[in-house]
Amino acid sequence: MNLTLKIWRQKDATSKGAIQTYQLEGVEPDMSFLEMLDVLNQELIDKGEEPVVFDHDCREGICGTCSLQINGEPHGPDRGVTTCQLHMRMFKDGDTITIEPFRAKAFPVIKDLVVDRSSFERIQQAGGYVSVNTSGNTQDANSIPIAKDKADAAFYAATCIGCGACVAACKNASAMLFTSAKVSQMALLPQGEVEADRRVLAMVEQMDKEGFGNCTNTGACEIECPKGISLENIARMNREYLRASVK
Amino acid sequence: MGVLDSKVPQGPLADKWVNHKNKINLVNPANKRNIDIIVVGTGLAGGSAAATLAELGYNVKTFCYQDSPRRAHSIAAQGGINAAKNYQGDGDSDYRLFYDTVKGGDYRARESNVYRLAEVSGNIIDQCVAQGVPFAREYGGLLDNRSFGGVLVSRTFYAKGQTGQQLLLGCYSAMNRQINRGKIKSYTRHEMLDVVLVDGKARGIIARDLVTGEIERHSAHAVVIASGGYGNVFYLSTNAMGSNVTAAWKVHKKGAFFANPCFTQIHPTCIPVSGDHQSKLTLMSESLRNDGRIWVPKKLEDAKAIREGRLKPTQLAEEDRDYYLERRYPAFGNLVPRDVASRAAKERCDAGFGVNKTGEAVYLDFSAAFMRYGREAVSTQKIENASEEQIRELGKAVVEAKYGNLFQMYEKIVDENPYETPMKIYPAVHYTMGGLWVDYNLQTTVPGLYAAGEANFSDHGANRLGASALMQGLADGYFVLPYTMGDYLANDIRTGRIPTDSPEFDEAERKIREQLERFVNTKGTKSVDYFHKRLGKVMWDKVGMSRNATGLKEAISEIKALREEFWKDVRVPGIVDGMNPELEKAGRVADFLELGELFAKDALHREESCGGHFREEFQTEEGEALRDDENFMYVAAWEYTGEPADAVLHKEDLVYENIEVKTRSYK
Repeated sequence: MNLTLKIWRQKDATSKGAIQTYQLEGVEPDMSFLEMLDVLNQELIDKGEEPVVFDHDCREGICGTCSLQINGEPHGPDRGVTTCQLHMRMFKDGDTITIEPFRAKAFPVIKDLVVDRSSFERIQQAGGYVSVNTSGNTQDANSIPIAKDKADAAFYAATCIGCGACVAACKNASAMLFTSAKVSQMALLPQGEVEADRRVLAMVEQMDKEGFGNCTNTGACEIECPKGISLENIARMNREYLRASVK
Repeated sequence: MGVLDSKVPQGPLADKWVNHKNKINLVNPANKRNIDIIVVGTGLAGGSAAATLAELGYNVKTFCYQDSPRRAHSIAAQGGINAAKNYQGDGDSDYRLFYDTVKGGDYRARESNVYRLAEVSGNIIDQCVAQGVPFAREYGGLLDNRSFGGVLVSRTFYAKGQTGQQLLLGCYSAMNRQINRGKIKSYTRHEMLDVVLVDGKARGIIARDLVTGEIERHSAHAVVIASGGYGNVFYLSTNAMGSNVTAAWKVHKKGAFFANPCFTQIHPTCIPVSGDHQSKLTLMSESLRNDGRIWVPKKLEDAKAIREGRLKPTQLAEEDRDYYLERRYPAFGNLVPRDVASRAAKERCDAGFGVNKTGEAVYLDFSAAFMRYGREAVSTQKIENASEEQIRELGKAVVEAKYGNLFQMYEKIVDENPYETPMKIYPAVHYTMGGLWVDYNLQTTVPGLYAAGEANFSDHGANRLGASALMQGLADGYFVLPYTMGDYLANDIRTGRIPTDSPEFDEAERKIREQLERFVNTKGTKSVDYFHKRLGKVMWDKVGMSRNATGLKEAISEIKALREEFWKDVRVPGIVDGMNPELEKAGRVADFLELGELFAKDALHREESCGGHFREEFQTEEGEALRDDENFMYVAAWEYTGEPADAVLHKEDLVYENIEVKTRSYK
């Protein structure tokens, strides 16, 4: 198929960016979206131009590195996948595709389609852990039975890949889904319960400090999340936060 | 230069580690504050080492090329992590895990290291559970296990098909706690480009900030390389796009020996290649072999009809299918180790029985599992007179609960529904058992330079068993390095800060700068990927699943010629002083072009077949690997002397005192 690509190009963090238009021919339906960009980049290099810079690594939907706002949607039109798992069979010959970086105040653009997500790092560093040393002097793993439904719920919250699609999808650029996924995972497990209050307060404080917006229950984050992280986590975090703040 | 002294402690196998820990030097807590450690790579090995060393009180700096430590490729491990907990009461023990690992590695691993790995394995699970890693559980609230290839017990702990992710996030959380305390300084989007030696000891690194392009100097009293494996030398592999050999290769060029580079694991269950545009291969977890049956058509005409789209696999009668693993290896069936399963698939496809348009695919079929689980569900749910269709649907639901995410991933990539038609799979490069040579303390031949996880060679011999990579990474990082590095660092308590304005740092930085500038100034005609793809093709065709002397000799000269062409004709657009992924790739491919040659040289010198290394000249009449214990029961550790072709071989003889060396049989 033949495509028209409208791609955000920006030299570096301080330069002004703009959309540039490229024509690309011979795209196959079995290609992934990023493989399509590889083909474009190969053409650009052959022509002596600078290739489009985008974040990617594992290309199997688990590392959370790839991003991209494709036709206005984080990770594009397919559901439950990251951009690297999006295949060109989702598009038609002759389509025009607009490709932009994830947009949020807390995700400044570094170059072209690459954004700085270190604000997510700082939220995790504020309290996304159990304060237990890795010395090997812990008790036997089976000494704390955990009900299967709780363990499963904690697992589903823990499958967040930290890509930032929730922020990019949200009209407020809120990081509530991301933050609540970690808060929930820990709050659901006996190991995390001990520090639950301190954790939720510290993580929410850091989230606000980074300049993410508030949650207004629009629910776009849940729909666009490639891992289907549930809005219930936000409700649980609100509950945890309220409880911790009135203590 | 370095000498091979494995420093294995004396005494009975089971006591070695405990005795060693009791005797080695310790650094007191006040002194740890004055000691700096650099950890390169933040996957399971690097992340766990960094977290534990920081908890102990050392000042740790971590480096990763990704934008977060959480994105290291350990995250992609699906199936699980082994541990000799014997929770299932099926006869597991430290010794059995040790035995299975040594046997699975085809008797090319060091006994003492493997035993220690088995010994600490249980503790890893305790540790991860304490961190809040949400492993799969049974209804009684206890941890669940499953079985993996090459073993007869259920010792694999898992978190659906995302075990690596959950373990890495656990490790990442431990790191975050130390970052918050200021004990770890995390350098993301940074790539190590060289190690700096002062008086023969590793004393720092040169790194490039991948955002600004700035070349930075970082000093430390010891350096840990935990940068993963080098499977991307094949271009197509299941590794992440950025996975590379640069850190390991650069330290090799500074004196660290590189061991068994030709020991590569080709994983049997990957999604087959779809076209020339392919940028990477996707693995389907080995756990699928618990329930999936692997087959090809019995008759060549059926295989041809399937390839041409005239026949569907579901139309083929049971007696017309060749379940070749069950036929050849009745004891282990579909759960033979990875090297055996991969070669058997290649054998059938080479013989013309492949089932996709390229002829390089076999089926992984779940229809029997649907019926088996379905009947179980009918029985537990007390459904009477259930129809075949009802049973199948109930079975599908069970399979979905177990492997749903993998089935979904397959469908997204291939555009076929694996609940309705069997999956198509083919082997792909997945893991490298070879790596930096290390002694019992995980120290390389350079003092103060350590290697952990996939980056070292130590535990898996010539073939790694499933679910053992996660185990090794965490064992090295959480439980081995924090002890053994203390022994070395005890001599450094009076050293003080290592200055970065020494001639050694000047020289290392100058060379890096020169190389980077040469890349952008070459202004050739071909992209980095062009060379990488050509290298990958040579590697796959001549140094891949099966190898012979003629092909290996050709590969050696072709890689050398390709390397020369690369340096003359590569085109790297953009600038040095800023973000430039093409420049990053150029450096990595330059190193792959050197490693590839050593890899082929190692494969040529090893005139036997063992584990993942299959030499066509050395096989039994039935086509099984033929080992030569008399001449090759050693670790081949290569010393760099200028060109890969001139690398000097050092041998570490492997002595098996606690296990009887046998011909590996899974029949």
